[in-house]
Amino acid sequence: MRNDFRSIRIDTEKCEGRMACMRVCPTQAIRVRGSKATLLNDRCIDCGECVRVCPNHAIIPQTSSFSDFSKFKYTIALPSPVFYSQFGKDVSPSVILNALKKIGFDDAYDVACASESVSIAIQEYLDSNKSPRPLIAPFCPAIVRLVQVRYPNLLDNLIPIESPMEIAAREAKHLKMKELGLKEKEIGCIYITPCPAKTISIKYPPRKKHSFLDGTISISEIYPSLVQVLSKSNGDTIKTDIRGLGLGWPIVGGQVACLKAEDCISIAGLNDVTRIFEEIENGKLKDIQYIECHSCPTACVGGQLTVENPYIARGRVLRVVKKFGSVPCQDRDKIRELYQKNFFSLLGKISPSPVAPLDEDISRAIQKMRQKQEIYDLLPKIDCGACGAPSCQTFAEDSVKDGTSMGECIFISMKKFETLTGNLHDTVLKHSRKVRTT
Amino acid sequence: MDKAFSQIYKIQGGNIYNAGKASTEIKSILKQLGINSFIIRRVAIAAYEAEMNVVMYAKHATMTFEVTPKQINIIVEDEGPGIADVSLAMQEGYSTATPEMREMGFGAGMGLPNIKRNSDSFKIESVVGKGIKLEIKININ
Repeated sequence: MRNDFRSIRIDTEKCEGRMACMRVCPTQAIRVRGSKATLLNDRCIDCGECVRVCPNHAIIPQTSSFSDFSKFKYTIALPSPVFYSQFGKDVSPSVILNALKKIGFDDAYDVACASESVSIAIQEYLDSNKSPRPLIAPFCPAIVRLVQVRYPNLLDNLIPIESPMEIAAREAKHLKMKELGLKEKEIGCIYITPCPAKTISIKYPPRKKHSFLDGTISISEIYPSLVQVLSKSNGDTIKTDIRGLGLGWPIVGGQVACLKAEDCISIAGLNDVTRIFEEIENGKLKDIQYIECHSCPTACVGGQLTVENPYIARGRVLRVVKKFGSVPCQDRDKIRELYQKNFFSLLGKISPSPVAPLDEDISRAIQKMRQKQEIYDLLPKIDCGACGAPSCQTFAEDSVKDGTSMGECIFISMKKFETLTGNLHDTVLKHSRKVRTT
Repeated sequence: MDKAFSQIYKIQGGNIYNAGKASTEIKSILKQLGINSFIIRRVAIAAYEAEMNVVMYAKHATMTFEVTPKQINIIVEDEGPGIADVSLAMQEGYSTATPEMREMGFGAGMGLPNIKRNSDSFKIESVVGKGIKLEIKININ
């Protein structure tokens, strides 16, 4: 059932079947049939790469709309720390957080500080837990989904620690419940997100029933109104300073920089992530403790719903870390104590969600694999995509799975046509000779 | 054996660039067949170690991969120096890897024992100066 909702939707009115999405999809989850792209939900990992390339803007990231929040008595915006890198180099995080309160949210709450707490919790987990190495960061929802769909062997390597946005939302809600005497469900926590994948992890958190967050709004949607507020503001800030190494989380290496453990690596971009996952599956990399993993090649500052160029944004994050990162925002011993009380633990299991096999019955699956190979051998193997499948391999797989006709392959059709016209040509020649001799 | 699916992979010795390609393809096939992920992991480790042995030590090899409804069979026949003392090579921690190979993270001396540990049946034949033949069987149920 969870497969029915993905972080993107294809607007078939706008789609002209130009195949950019199909070619870029890292899990071959898109087919183009009758000039329209269709999404194979079971293969999609919510990475959002298709959103970036669609020339018709027909791939719609799923986020909430402001009207969804009218049911709450009190709303709190929780901006991804990426948000702090979107507005000029001299606009500090606390000014940005304050500005969020002027565009309609009742309050705004920093997430970077929770990133610092989570980093301390990860360190504790690494020190005290002997589970199989390397441990994989579960904070990019597309990475978690990639493991569910393609690498179910590695589910136990995903570290069972709550994400900073969840920790922050829980804190924010509890504070306001106490302060204002509200019930939990009367408070809406909205994540200002750099990517559509976060929507999925809020709607269907992989290890628990409900998220502490109630929706997402994209950075790009909120950006214009915030720029307006910022241009009028005279540097008003919220009372508390925003500081700590957690501010560096949205860039490649940001998580590892918060850890004391050695033998940690940071990887970004699905190509490289896949290569590393293949190696772990082969029993390698056991000497690595922790892998920070991002599906976007420039990590979260390069999310599909951001505004600023990811490299400029990265520079700004580094600048902010230099300025505000050296003073921790959390008391290490207090966080350790909370860790002991399972404040950061996620106890639920993540279930595998592999793509359906060629057949549920192994004998029939093997038979279909042979058929697939036979079909594949006939194909041109140039992955032109003209058939509407991203590669000759997927075309062969679709053919045996749901009977896509071989005639869809333009090369096979051409060959047939040539044979046909060739025969016709021979017949005409034969007859014309007969005519001449008589 | 009309109930089997088989593939033959050529592995080039010394070619680190393509190393691991056959095991990656094998994994992909097993996933499409819906084989249990615990079994896939065992096959992955065994196939990868066998492939790496060829890359590190032999000239070239043929890897025959076959899957039946009951079993996965991998036969690797290489042309290379062979192993003089097979029982020694089967000991955990024994390795003839050069310092360069160790630099790259290989040569922990666990290759052959690791393959055996992950197989249900494992056979090795070696002729010094000619090559090695490995026969790996992993049950599906």
